[in-house]
Amino acid sequence: MSDTVEREVGRARPRKEDARLVTGQTNWTDNIAVNGLLHLAILRSPMAHARIDHVNVTPALERPGVVAAFSGADLAEGLGSLPCAWPVTEDIVLPDHPPIATTEVRYAGDPVAVVVARDRYAAADALEAIEVDYTPLPPVLDLEAALAEDTVLVHSDKGTNRCYDWPLKTGEDFESVRQRADVTLKRRYHQQRLIPNAMEPRGVVVTPLAASGEYTLHSSTQIPHILRIMLAVVTGIPEHKLRVIAPDVGGGFGSKLQVYGEEAIALAVARRTGRPVKWTESRSEGYLATHHGRGMIQDIEIAANRDGTLLGLKVDLLVDMGAYLMLVTPGIPILGAFMYPGIYKMGSYELNVTGVFTTRTPTDAYRGAGRPEATYAIERIMDELAAELGLDPVELRRRNWIGHEEFPYTTIAGLTYDSGNYEAATEKALALFDYDKLRAEQADRNHRGDSVRLGLGVSTYTEMCGLAPSRVLRDLRYAAGGWEAATIRMLPTGKVEVVTGTSPHGQGHVTCWSQIAADVLGVPFEDVEVVHGDTQAAPQGMDTYGSRSLVVGGTAVHHAAVKVVEKARKIAAHLLEASEQDLEFTDGVFSVKGSPDARKTIQEVAFETFTSHDLPDGLVPTINAEHLVDPDNFSYPHGTHLCAVEVDTETGQTRIRSYVCVDDVGRVVNPLIVEGQVHGGLAQGIAQALYEEAVYDDQGNLVSGTMADYLVPSAPDLPEFTTDRTETPATSNPLGVKGVGEAGTIASTPAVVNAIVDALRPLGVRDVRMPCTPERVWQAVREASR
Amino acid sequence: MIPPAFEYARPADVDEAVRALADAGEEAKVLAGGQSLLPLLRLRLAFPELVVDVGRIAELRGVREDGDSLVIGAMTTHHDVIRDPLVRRHAGLLAAATATVADPAVRHRGTLGGSLAHADPAGDLPAVVLAMDGELVAQGPAGRRTIPARQFFVDYLQSALEPDELLVEVRLPKTDGWGFHYEKFHRVAQAWAIVGVAALVRRDNGRVAEARVGLTNMGTTPLRATATEEALAGAGDADAVARAAESAAVATQPSRDTSASPEYRAHLARVLAKRAVLAAAGMG
Repeated sequence: MSDTVEREVGRARPRKEDARLVTGQTNWTDNIAVNGLLHLAILRSPMAHARIDHVNVTPALERPGVVAAFSGADLAEGLGSLPCAWPVTEDIVLPDHPPIATTEVRYAGDPVAVVVARDRYAAADALEAIEVDYTPLPPVLDLEAALAEDTVLVHSDKGTNRCYDWPLKTGEDFESVRQRADVTLKRRYHQQRLIPNAMEPRGVVVTPLAASGEYTLHSSTQIPHILRIMLAVVTGIPEHKLRVIAPDVGGGFGSKLQVYGEEAIALAVARRTGRPVKWTESRSEGYLATHHGRGMIQDIEIAANRDGTLLGLKVDLLVDMGAYLMLVTPGIPILGAFMYPGIYKMGSYELNVTGVFTTRTPTDAYRGAGRPEATYAIERIMDELAAELGLDPVELRRRNWIGHEEFPYTTIAGLTYDSGNYEAATEKALALFDYDKLRAEQADRNHRGDSVRLGLGVSTYTEMCGLAPSRVLRDLRYAAGGWEAATIRMLPTGKVEVVTGTSPHGQGHVTCWSQIAADVLGVPFEDVEVVHGDTQAAPQGMDTYGSRSLVVGGTAVHHAAVKVVEKARKIAAHLLEASEQDLEFTDGVFSVKGSPDARKTIQEVAFETFTSHDLPDGLVPTINAEHLVDPDNFSYPHGTHLCAVEVDTETGQTRIRSYVCVDDVGRVVNPLIVEGQVHGGLAQGIAQALYEEAVYDDQGNLVSGTMADYLVPSAPDLPEFTTDRTETPATSNPLGVKGVGEAGTIASTPAVVNAIVDALRPLGVRDVRMPCTPERVWQAVREASR
Repeated sequence: MIPPAFEYARPADVDEAVRALADAGEEAKVLAGGQSLLPLLRLRLAFPELVVDVGRIAELRGVREDGDSLVIGAMTTHHDVIRDPLVRRHAGLLAAATATVADPAVRHRGTLGGSLAHADPAGDLPAVVLAMDGELVAQGPAGRRTIPARQFFVDYLQSALEPDELLVEVRLPKTDGWGFHYEKFHRVAQAWAIVGVAALVRRDNGRVAEARVGLTNMGTTPLRATATEEALAGAGDADAVARAAESAAVATQPSRDTSASPEYRAHLARVLAKRAVLAAAGMG
């Protein structure tokens, strides 16, 4: 590239998507209007666990505007079990999961019957007319009690609530490490259940074409391609007769990485009635019916020498699957299983994951998916170990992390981290945070016995993302691959369409893919458009989750663009009557070395290809190109987060005073987008530390059933973030990118809780259970002082 | 989140509104700013047959002086209350507390009268009007009556208003010269108060001459911390205030929810009462 043309990659381009989004010119699923549309409403179980004795939908049919009503039994024919694509062990217990319950309900919110009516209000009103007789059964809520002998079973036909045991054991035997270690610490941490809160609730619209047996399904989903395959299997509609479209999708955070019962039900009802059907969840309905995240008990034991050198780690997880296994439910803790050792070197690692069925909403992927849980446990216990050894928590980490000169480094868990520089990120973060000055202030407050204590929390992290090498997925028993596809179409007028298999729902792929393609092709950023989210228009893809889109999908765009240039080079050489070797390609222009006037732009070549009037003999008349990338490795973003909190010991209130993070997400395509991802991630991670929790009562009812009780923080509740970066390129892809979608969420939760415990440690507090509500903090201080 | 069907009336004046309410008997609900009623409708926790929207009745809006009192129309929005110069001058506590209500969008729609008539003990303004010894003026078929705040809040979400009565105005004795503070404790900015304490303090020679302390969310109705008020008389320093605040939770029945236990609420009431009174008394 010459000096005159600024490279697009690395440029802080405002997002192409935003003008449309902020002016409301969007096409959310709920905005879709079709002639003859019927509105679907779903009657849900009011109980966590009950036998269904009888369902009578007939009274609903008499309500005004109602067109049809169905019980679970009415719809059972032609609806298979909802899929679990990640049976993590050979002997995993895989219960049947009907999209709509027929004989038993297993969580409050389980669908029982449906109504379709001419408007949404009529459908909602008619639900009240449906009669259901239940015989209540005891709920299953406690993860440890659920594994006891002779306990109540969520799935009585399976004979157990134990879904699976997944062990991992590497290096030296932990028992022998424990024997010779100077120090061992054992802790139990609770990962509370979280409810994902995408701005746009879920919705689905099914439009049938009865004559041809074709169906178009619009869904607010992250995974149109996977959804198409799975819904074809569930409903028996042939895959080639089913088109799935993810229109504008307002966030997902993993909650729309799913094949939902409502999507199958809407297809079944459209098939039954021959009419288009729409379902849109309300926020409180979504709290019951959209999968939850986290939800596990972590027992973690660490062994170390007196000088702080880590020897080994042992982890036992009890994970709440909820009532059923959804798309990747069992795999979520497995994504975390490799991350408990974090960025540290050690010689022994043992882990066991036990999945447990309960009578609660199923769990599945939620931003970070297994890796925030792992990072929390290791980073919390590292702080405890530092306190035990009398070491500064940063110093303890420094003594154990992988040095920048040691990359690539194969960890005790068996992952090969390709690149990283933990020292650089940490040094930069400490300087921005003014760590030493804050430590001095903390000591002063402690000395004075100030009722408002200062605490400093550190969290270093890495994650495996950029999902994923297909062969690794096979070894982990995941049912699909991890490749991604891109096609670049050079239009006759020189404009460019990038067709991607990723499915953005807020990330800014249209902007970033335009930047990547514009750089390789040498065309203006504005000349590139991106097509996505429609199995007809963008037929090949593995969709968007796990911070994979840029790393895998962006790389595919890069390679496809390189292929376009190579194809165009042949035609340009022919047109310029030069050999290919004599052509230079700079800023979108082919020129002949030594004859600068002999030139053709790639956009001119596109037009010449369109007319095909003068192409080399035998050449296929296209410069369009397709590429699929199957990554060789995961990518490993990392960073250091530092949080300072003030804890009011009189009220238990925590206030974040400052927050500094230095993330290394590799090469940055668009700094504005990275900044936005980090801010959103921090908000979600801080929310787990301080605010959010799905609370159930002892009957299994969701108590935090609305946003009045489930506290999602907003801007006034969050501090100003100081964000910065180091850039250590990934070596596993030509762009050097690592992914940024989950980093903030992973790192921030332990930084905040470490800070709270650090503030209260002089008072005798060793832990506060998340979310660290004012009352829990106050209780912790009270109990410590007794 | 789809409300059940209801009839809708939008009267042009108070008389018409009262007639609509009287005709509907017990089955009508008044729609003011809609910030409490609409969520109840959408959650299907309320099933009125008739919703009487008083949003277009101009005479219910605005603030005026009446001797030693300030008279605020029931439909005056929170936003207008906060900005009103008369309120700021003569009822600073109300302005300060209203500024803590929810978020700007809610404050532009929500009204003082609506929030009082809703009689939610977790709302900020009932305790404030109670602490100010306010009066509420209701109009029914038989005309107007004035209800002291102490008698207005009957039970959880239940006021002394009859089904055919409309709250038309709120009368507040001017508190010129009093120190004031509203101490609100909540987990996120948009959440209701876990506990709130409204304090008004009149000082004389550096000592507390008279104090009024209202409690938000410490029972089924807003409450006055009577024991603390009595103990504050004559308090001359922070220690004396702190001692008086120790009895802030006496005779309260705080509830349990996902944010707090009754025990913690009682503790908060004591801490927040101390802070509110110290701030109001300028001793903070």
